[in-house]
Formats: sequence, C-alpha cells, structure tokens
Amino acid sequence: MKFENYGRGIAKGMSVTIKHLLRHPTVSQYPEQRLNTSRRIRGNELIWSKEKCTGCATCAKTCHEGAIEIETSPNLVNNKYEVEKYQVDTGYCIMCGLCVEACPFEALFMGTTYEAAKYRRDELVQEKEDMMLEAGVKQPSGYFYPDYAAALPRQTLLIERITEEQMKPAKMEPKTETKTEKTAEAEKK
Amino acid sequence: MTLKTEPFVLNMGPVHPSTHGVFRMRVVLDGEVVTDMEPVFGYLHRGIEKLAEERTYGGIIPLTDRLDYIAAMSNNFGYVLSVEKLAGIKVPERAEYIRVIMAELQRIASYLIIIGAFLNECGAYFTPFVYMFREREKIIDLFEMVSGQRLTYNYMRVGGVSQDLPEEFLPALDKFLAQMPVCIDEYDRLLKENEILLARSKGVGILSKETAINGSVTGPALRGSGVKWDIRRADPYSIYDRFEFDIPTGSAGDCYDRYRVRVEEMRQSLRIIKQAREQMPAGPVRTKVPHLVRPPVGETYAHIETPKGELGFYLVSDTSISPYRIHIRAPSLINLTVLRELIIGWKIADLFVIFGSIDLTMGEVDR
Ligand code: SF4
Ligand code: SF4
Repeated sequence: MKFENYGRGIAKGMSVTIKHLLRHPTVSQYPEQRLNTSRRIRGNELIWSKEKCTGCATCAKTCHEGAIEIETSPNLVNNKYEVEKYQVDTGYCIMCGLCVEACPFEALFMGTTYEAAKYRRDELVQEKEDMMLEAGVKQPSGYFYPDYAAALPRQTLLIERITEEQMKPAKMEPKTETKTEKTAEAEKK
Repeated sequence: MTLKTEPFVLNMGPVHPSTHGVFRMRVVLDGEVVTDMEPVFGYLHRGIEKLAEERTYGGIIPLTDRLDYIAAMSNNFGYVLSVEKLAGIKVPERAEYIRVIMAELQRIASYLIIIGAFLNECGAYFTPFVYMFREREKIIDLFEMVSGQRLTYNYMRVGGVSQDLPEEFLPALDKFLAQMPVCIDEYDRLLKENEILLARSKGVGILSKETAINGSVTGPALRGSGVKWDIRRADPYSIYDRFEFDIPTGSAGDCYDRYRVRVEEMRQSLRIIKQAREQMPAGPVRTKVPHLVRPPVGETYAHIETPKGELGFYLVSDTSISPYRIHIRAPSLINLTVLRELIIGWKIADLFVIFGSIDLTMGEVDR
C-alpha cells in the first residue's frame, strides 16, 4: 500500500496517548478504595422481613430457578400462616430480582453485598435467620423500594469523576509550557 | 530430490484470546495461507430455547440477558417486543422512550467493545481497548443506576420497563451526551489515519454485496458492504419512525469499512438518544399486565436491530403460561456462515482481523 506523508497518522495517535499520560488516573484501587454502588444494586443475597411476610409463597412460585423454598403451618390463634422455613439457595439464584418485584406484601428485598464467594456450596444456602431484615445486620437495597433507595449513598459515577477539562481534545502544548516555566525559573535565578 | 509437502491442519481455539468466547476454527494451512476453514462451535450451548419452554413469559427475560451478553438490553428489547406483539399489549409512551434510550446506549457500549477488540486483533495491543472500556464504563454506570446490575440487566418487562428512571439518571445522561462526541473524535484522532491499522484492514477480508445478501448477513457487516439495510428504518419497531438518523454504509466491504460503519453508527445513536431525551414525556412506565401472561393461540416473529444485526424471536403460544416453542434468530450465528469465504486465501495473521471485524458473540451463536 502507498501512503502519502507516512507517519502522520501514528504521530497524531501518539499525541492522544501522550495527553493521557498527563491525565489523572481514572481507575480506583479496589479493595482499599471502594466506590459506591448503585442504589438499586441487586446484590448476592436476598433479605426477608419476618414481620411483613404472610407466607403466601408468591416469591417461590415466581422464581424460575426454584431457588426459594418455603414451608408454612396454619396458626389457628390469629388465622395466619407461620413461616416455618424460608430458604434461598443463592447458588441457584441468578439475582434477577423478579421475586422482589412479585412479593405483594413488600417483604422481600435484594441485598447490597457483592462479595459473596464461599468455600463450600452449602454455605451458599441462606436460612431465614441469616436473611432477616429485622436483625438489622443487612442493608436492603433500593431495588423496587424507592424509600430505601433514597437512604443509600449516591452512586459514584465515572462520568462525574472525569471533568470536562480532561475530555478536551489533545493538543501538543504541554512541552512548550514546561519549557517556558523552566526558562522563567532560570531567569529568576 | 523433491520435498514432500502436505496441508497443515491447525486448531485455533476453543480457548484463544481472540475468539471472544469458546469457538474453534479448524484451519487448513498451506504455508501461511489459509486454504480451508471449518468453524466448530457449540461449546457454550446452554439450551436456552429449550429452557425457555418451561418458564413463564416473564421468567424468560433473565435468560435473554445471557444470549449476547455484551448487549443484554437489546436482547431484552427484542424478546419483550415479540411477547407484546403476540399478546397485543400496548406499552406506555414513556416506557417506549426509555427502551429506545437504553437500546441505543447499549449499541454504543457494544460497538465500543467490538472496535476495541478489533483493534486488539490488528495489533494495537490493549491501548485502544482500554480507552474504549473507559467510555463503556460510563454507560455501564448508567445501566447499573437504572437496573441494579452491570451486565445482566433484566430491565425490560412485558408491558414496559421494570422501574422508572432514577432522578440522577437524566443529568448523568446529559453529561454523557456532551462527553461522548469528544471521545469519538479522540478515537478518530488516535486511529483513523493510523498507517498500521490501514495496512492491516484496508482491502482485507472483502465481503461482497452478493455474498452478504446470499448469506443473510445483517448488521454493520452488511452495511459495510454498501447495502443500506437497517431494521430500524426498513421495518420500524417501537417508536423508531419518530427519530431522524442516517444509516452509514461502507463501499468496499473490507474490515476497515466495517470498522468505520460502527464508528459512524455510534454518532447516529447519540443523535437518537438526544432526540429521545428531548421528546420523552412523563407518565407511567408499565402497563398492568397479568402476572402470568397467557397470549392467545398463535405465532409471531418480531425482530430488532441489535449491534450484531437482526435479532428475531419466533414465539408459538398454546395459551399456557409458557411458550410452546421459542426460536431465536441469532445474528452472530448467521453472520458466522460467511466467515469461511472471507478467510480463505488470507494469511493466518489476517484471520483474526477478519474474525474480529465480523463481530461474533459466542453466547448468541450457541445459545
Ligand atoms: S411473596 Fe412476600 S409475603 Fe409472600 S411468601 Fe414471599 S416474601 Fe413472604
Ligand atoms: S432473584 Fe431471581 S433467581 Fe433469585 S430467588 Fe429471586 S426470582 Fe429466584
């Protein structure tokens, strides 16, 4: 192939790369520095409210993975169902959030944690004691619950960390600038 | 004395850094020149079409996320459109606009990956890729904000979208719309005239108009060959007839043209998002649809233009809560059929440049 003024395209490309050299880094050092996740994050767990749940099992019927297992027994005193067992196998759960959407009594929430690696498969099974909202250990996410979403911290957006100034097209000025600065300093001395 | 020569058979993949998933090519080589190629796929087969027959119509949406996993929103969109067509469900105005914005953002995000990967294959090892990933990250941030996850969004629902946009979405979108054209210009500056890229991709892997049409190729690969065919225009779905946009086409049908078409389409997508953002009305985002949709007996086919090409969902209903049959017309699989013709005659170093320019996602090829 024939190219007129060979090398111009590469030089142009290099100017962009060089400009990036002078920019602030956009990456964050993950385990030490954590960014806020979305307020609607669908984390790796489900959170269940003992008080609100009526044992209707809509969630278990909605789950297409069959991850929710629920057992109830009738309570003849107050004409309600006692939830004997509420178990979610997060190994099967794909965190789709459809069960949260389906719960008619606002008793099911997505969690906010995302570091859920476990050593054994059976540790992935959440019992109702682990996922109780009332225990106050776990922070429910705002997925489908705007009130909870408002209480969570604002999501860190990359778009807000990169300023307009940094996005301006690259120019080959920095070199001349540094030169003038140096010469100015030398003149002072 | 004569040297005895015989064709050399080389297995590329299934796990090769350039195959974008698990894909194997049995390549027959004569020296460095490819004389024959046989694609071997199926390593990522999960039986999604069969799995879908046992699920409710709503429960299939998370499965469609896993088809073309780098453009999950588009898959959601295609699927819900076909169910709505079958069941005759009307979608609120605001939801339509939100869907279009999401689909176009997804198109940009997907093209960014493909362009980055394509440049990787041309030898610009990971530098442009990281630039493009930075911009994609901004889009992923937006998706995370609305849907709660970064890759498998599961955002669209039969009859609308799952939730309305959060209040911080539109300001962030405006910022993105202001920044993105600058970024695209920057990529052009970085690469458009780069001699190495031109030498590697101009005139390489020419897909002629006839071959493209005979092979039912769709998407940027078809438009790169100079055929003006975009389903958003040819058979407008959703509300695409309300927007003004151009369909960029290439002329030669080589790798470079396909790359340019994608870059231009990103600009057009930005135009569509801008218009949609201005016209977007207030109102509900979801119609009341029964929890278990039961469409009447019948069959339907709805297709949309995804970043890969024409994605179609063929649904057959027997009034039960799950479809009787679902067939997915995956653009990647059909675009794959012309790969052999493109590759034969080129050197082994060009093989992946051509492969990358066609843009295949294995999740969609195997389903
Ligand atoms: S749908 Fe809600 S109320 Fe019903 S069983 Fe599940 S968590 Fe309890
Ligand atoms: S999030 Fe989805 S997969 Fe997980 S339990 Fe709920 S419905 Fe099932």
